[in-house]
Amino acid sequence: MADEDTKRAALGALVDRVLKGEGRASAEQRARAFSNSDVPPPLDTLIGKVATRPAQVTHADFDAAKAAGFSEDQLFELVIAAAVGQSARQYEAALAALAEATANGEAG
Amino acid sequence: MRLEILNRGYRPGTKLLFALIRTFSGQPVPDAAKVVFYRPDFYGAQAKKFTHEAMRGPSAWSVADRELMAAYVSKVNECAFCIGAHTATAGQAYRDGAKVQEVLADLESAPLEEGLRATLRMLGKLTREGTVNADDMRHVVSAGVSRQQVEDALAVCAAFNTTDRLADAFGFELLSPEGFEAGAKYLLKRGYR
Repeated sequence: MADEDTKRAALGALVDRVLKGEGRASAEQRARAFSNSDVPPPLDTLIGKVATRPAQVTHADFDAAKAAGFSEDQLFELVIAAAVGQSARQYEAALAALAEATANGEAG
Repeated sequence: MRLEILNRGYRPGTKLLFALIRTFSGQPVPDAAKVVFYRPDFYGAQAKKFTHEAMRGPSAWSVADRELMAAYVSKVNECAFCIGAHTATAGQAYRDGAKVQEVLADLESAPLEEGLRATLRMLGKLTREGTVNADDMRHVVSAGVSRQQVEDALAVCAAFNTTDRLADAFGFELLSPEGFEAGAKYLLKRGYR
């Protein structure tokens, strides 16, 4: 299991950095983008698309967020937070399903 | 890209590095490579470590299998840049581009080991619906895939669900077929570090 621990730990380190490290967006803003919840408009459109339908993101979504006062560096961080957040949630949900499926020694 | 800082906001040393890459490869620096050089302390440094571990770290899956997973997840996400990049990389790694094309065209009829097919099916559902259940995992395990292999595949999936989102959100510019092939060669030689 050592190999997988390394992979899981590396994702955990990325999550920690994005959420808790130094940034131009506040830790609270990054946490909201990460969880795709309670993101205020108009930023919610961009963040919601990054999380659930990224192919539909447009220039206009960025323009709306900039017009609301977000800098490019803040948007760089918040888009990354949303992308990493959605991926990490899927990963954890799948690991939980795997643990349930392989409980009681069903598989090694 | 949609943020000007990702087009022009690099340090002088990084700009020089990009110029050298352009000179030696004869190809523009892919936007996927640029993004990890922008304020690497925020994203690039940790992202490269995780992606390299998932794609090139120890695993019972071959590098080719993991590149195919990356291409397949990107296909489900409809991420044109990453489909191009990882179709090319998986094709080179298998030395069989047709196999990769067949998997992306129709997973169920493509010539593929059942364990890998079942794993891709599960990764597709996870990517499309955001979650999977224990029954989905039982199907994969009953196709002969070990628990460790499932975990390794999930790491690949997480890495590409992140990269695909950044590619689409930031607007990575598509490369020419030659550009994708050159990038694939680099990724097979050097990995994601």
